Amino acid sequence: MDDLLNEFLTETAESIDEVDVELVILEQDPTNKPILDNIFRLVHTIKGTCGFLGLPRLETVAHAGENVLGKYRDGELTVTSDSVTLILAALDRIKEILAALEATQQEPEGDDDDIISQLNIVAAGGEVKGAAPVEEEAVIEMPEITQPTTILPGQVSLEELEAAFAAAPGPDDEPEEENARPEEEQQDLLTRIGGVEAVKVIIHLFHNRLLADVSVKGLMAGVNTRDSKVKMGSFFEACLAGKPDSGPSVSAAFEPFITHGMTEKHSETIHSLLRSVLEEVDLAPLDVDDFLTRYDDVAVDILEQARRKEKDHAKKPDKAPAGTKSSERSIANQSIRVNVQVLEDLMTMVSELVLTRNQLMQLLRNSNDSEFTIPLQRLSQCTTELQEGVMKTRMQPVGNAWAKLPRIVRDLQLELNKKIDLQMLGADTELDRQVLEMIKDPLTHMVRNSADHGIEMPADRLAAGKKETGTIRLNAFHEGGHIIIEITDDGAGLPVEKLKAKALKNELATQEELDEMSDNQIQRFIFNAGFSTAEKVTAVSGRGVGMDVVRSNIEKIGGTVDLKSIEGKGTSFSIKIPLTLAIVSALIVKCREDRFAIPQISVLELVRASNDSEHSIEHINNTPVLRIRDRLLPLVRLDEILGMAPLTKDEEEDQATKQEDYIVIAQVGTFTFGIVVDQVFDTEEIVVKPVAPILRDLQTFAGNTILGDGKVIMILDPNGIVSQISDKVTDSSGFGAEDEEVKQTGAINEREAILLFSAGENAHRAVPLSLVARLEEIEVKDIETSDGKPVYQYRGRLMPLVNLDDSQEFKKSGRQPILVFADGDKTMGIAVDEIIDILEDEIDIELSSKIDGQVGTAVIDGHATEIIDVAYYIEKAFGTLGSSSTSGHFARDNQAHILLIDDSKFFLNMIRPLLSAAGYKITAVDSAASALDLRERGNDFDIIVSDIEMPDMDGFSFAEEVRASGIWQKTPMIALSSHDTPKDFARGREVGFDDYVVKLERDTLMTTIVDQINRKQSAA
Amino acid sequence: MESETRDFVTIRLSGQLCGIPVLEVHDVLSEQVITAVPLAPPAVAGVLNLRGRIVTAINLRKRLGLSEPEENSENMSIVVEYQEEPYSLLIDSVGDVMSFSEESLERNPVTLDACWQEVSGGIFRLEGELLVILDVEKLLNFDRNQATAA
Repeated sequence: MDDLLNEFLTETAESIDEVDVELVILEQDPTNKPILDNIFRLVHTIKGTCGFLGLPRLETVAHAGENVLGKYRDGELTVTSDSVTLILAALDRIKEILAALEATQQEPEGDDDDIISQLNIVAAGGEVKGAAPVEEEAVIEMPEITQPTTILPGQVSLEELEAAFAAAPGPDDEPEEENARPEEEQQDLLTRIGGVEAVKVIIHLFHNRLLADVSVKGLMAGVNTRDSKVKMGSFFEACLAGKPDSGPSVSAAFEPFITHGMTEKHSETIHSLLRSVLEEVDLAPLDVDDFLTRYDDVAVDILEQARRKEKDHAKKPDKAPAGTKSSERSIANQSIRVNVQVLEDLMTMVSELVLTRNQLMQLLRNSNDSEFTIPLQRLSQCTTELQEGVMKTRMQPVGNAWAKLPRIVRDLQLELNKKIDLQMLGADTELDRQVLEMIKDPLTHMVRNSADHGIEMPADRLAAGKKETGTIRLNAFHEGGHIIIEITDDGAGLPVEKLKAKALKNELATQEELDEMSDNQIQRFIFNAGFSTAEKVTAVSGRGVGMDVVRSNIEKIGGTVDLKSIEGKGTSFSIKIPLTLAIVSALIVKCREDRFAIPQISVLELVRASNDSEHSIEHINNTPVLRIRDRLLPLVRLDEILGMAPLTKDEEEDQATKQEDYIVIAQVGTFTFGIVVDQVFDTEEIVVKPVAPILRDLQTFAGNTILGDGKVIMILDPNGIVSQISDKVTDSSGFGAEDEEVKQTGAINEREAILLFSAGENAHRAVPLSLVARLEEIEVKDIETSDGKPVYQYRGRLMPLVNLDDSQEFKKSGRQPILVFADGDKTMGIAVDEIIDILEDEIDIELSSKIDGQVGTAVIDGHATEIIDVAYYIEKAFGTLGSSSTSGHFARDNQAHILLIDDSKFFLNMIRPLLSAAGYKITAVDSAASALDLRERGNDFDIIVSDIEMPDMDGFSFAEEVRASGIWQKTPMIALSSHDTPKDFARGREVGFDDYVVKLERDTLMTTIVDQINRKQSAA
Repeated sequence: MESETRDFVTIRLSGQLCGIPVLEVHDVLSEQVITAVPLAPPAVAGVLNLRGRIVTAINLRKRLGLSEPEENSENMSIVVEYQEEPYSLLIDSVGDVMSFSEESLERNPVTLDACWQEVSGGIFRLEGELLVILDVEKLLNFDRNQATAA
């Protein structure tokens, strides 16, 4: 009975899950006939099987549900939310009973009248009058036996048999079975064994046995089991009912056996399989024999046909089999059900195999020219393939973890009176079963949170100018060895102020710390334990319930979770998890005397640094950095990170004489940094094993593993290292690539992309790439002349072309490279001889220029290079145009006066002409102090644009000074900075800047200025 | 507790005789190669490979606030399990398995050091010396006593 019950439990659980989901779809789309049919079929099957297995409680509940569904199907009832809720409740009840059944092997005691009567009322509600109430009563009076909607011949006795089954589940109770026989003796075998449903169950089990048995499995190769079940089922039905002619022929029902050439031996196996099935479903011994006799008769026939086929095959070997096979092959049915534990064990064994393989390979490396080399390499390859294969068996679509979500969201909608649209993208993205299991609960939790706390009430949403229906979107996709799952809602977002208050209250941070933090950092507080179950009064606390658990669950599997939230707009969580936990490739490094593994996935490259090589470690105030490809890379010393005791004097001297370090450049998120280690070995496939609970708090380690030589080593977690170092750095949010600039204290000029070109006599000229709109090559013959000046038809408009100086001429023929500069809807082209290169460098103007059109000269790429003043040429080109056309953009009627403060001459030179070309009056100063002088002297401006990074007094202090007193208190201020971290933005706003623009985002600067001036005018 | 006899593996730690219930002992190991775990709590000596399983080694001396071992100690260890995780307890030497009747079990003297008080499951009077029963559960329950472990 056990096997049968287990089969039933697994199958029913799957069906129920499916019905769950489909019902929700049906509710939204009540006219969807195929879905309704499918639901009806599933529920009907559940009911039928329950009846056969003698599970009266389940059967009655399922039956009552089916009744309502039947009414839907017949159009007698319309699908309403309430009735769907009721059916879902019935399904829940079924789940409960199933759970108890699984635990105890017995249907639990209990009363389902509440649900059944409600369902019946709903069912009756659609009917005028008649049979339904009667049926209802019958159900209530005798819940064990249910009258199915349609009465099949032989059904009555089936029920009796069921009752007998229920009363006598064990095979020991034969007397009772015998007692039952006399009444049935008159009937045919089909009726005696329990009718059509019984045959279905027998055939189903029979198929499972066939597929599971090694010796006869071959007979079912490539067979669509569902079809085969139907065929064999109806064959046996007819055969057992004593009307063998009414069903399909032997050759049709047993086609696979015939085509695969069943032998006597096969037949015997099948015979015994069938016997075990029959015995398992508790057929009376006489019926079993009877059944088997009929099978034996058929078997003779099959064997005969199989032999004939064999001969045919021998004659024409290549024709028939190919045709029949391909037509019957179906991917859907080429899967088998395997116990998860088997897979787990297999995986563990493979992991061990990998370890042993590694061990052998290690030995091999140490012994040269061994006769084992080749076989070991083959073994290694096979192991790798085996490992990949086993991994594949564990992959499951992430949608499996989502299957329950539509139902949850639906229930929440009703409960909370909200309207929510759940979108699920990328449900077929596959990931490891183990990982899937681990994220199931966190995901459910997060979606529940989004629905509960994220999405606002419909009225609030409308008031906020949003659609009434909120959206929760799940999106899963692969990204570089990881799976990213995003959960986005367009709800209320996380309220920063409330979170701040809460963080203060829970003493997670001080007011000063909070002031320093960006909104995002504050929102991340919800991942802290202190934010969990505290009080449920505010939306805040509710939102945080268990988010710390979510985070720790995700981190447990080596994943990360982050969030972005904008108050009033919504929240987006993004979970990044590894594809699999089991085996990763890792780089083995040595630090002092110990070896460590670094997951290969986060390693970008390796650099050997020594004093005589290209790369060497330099220090800024004891902070090690590495120059690599014109960038400064922050470094951490592994021994320091690991809290190892500082080197003693002797060791330090050793170290000094060695003069060699290895740097593992690792990437975490967008942050790149180098880990300094003493030595680097090769990479190894390692099996990640979790560390003992006592060590789990150490965020530096992702786990531990056993190496090929049998030694245990710790696996470093770059994520953990980053969070460890960022704890030390005061500005943790800004701990990113931008920080490199901060480290270059004193270096004021920003690195930027520079376009190098040659034009005229001077072979080296340059322009910041950010100013160039496009690079084009135009046909020289297309250059036309207008008003004595060269123009070119560019994108349907005339574009003036300018030469940089008189020494330069357009090419005589062929193609002319030009740099296109755009300002608003106007474009201008500068003709150049050749575009040389684009490179990143600092523009450090060493000689400022008095020549028009030049900002100055800087050393770029080892050459003295003229930086051209684009603004000059724009003026030159548009100035002539401007006089002849009405240019709105450059209208001078609103000539606002801008105070521009920047310590970089280059920048001033670059931006001033642009602003004046745009029609503003500019006063430019190179320090905050001189700006304040202007204030003292009573100069008034419409707007102040100030750099942030300046020596002596920086932009932040300047703004504070301006806002504190004086005549500029109300003047709009725009901050310019090369730092675009949220924290900088926040700080800027705090000290009194009205807006914040990233340097060299010229268009943004222009629009911001216009914006601020308009605002000022409208305010005035 | 019933008044039956119970078997203990006796171990010696810094001269003190201790006993661990024999049924909880999975393995007795001679000196092993232990990988140190940086940043770990002081009581954690490191991790070691026991037939393909990674075992966390606990320095019992540190755990119990004892001084560092003498030079010539054997560095044996006893493998126990706690919450399905294997731990190896580093000790000086392993003695016989001894049976004691429950009746002769004495409660901890109230003056016993707090650290010992916590992990001791009682004391047996032997001829000439005392044997402290170590409660593995309490010994390895680091969550509850981070402070004492440090």
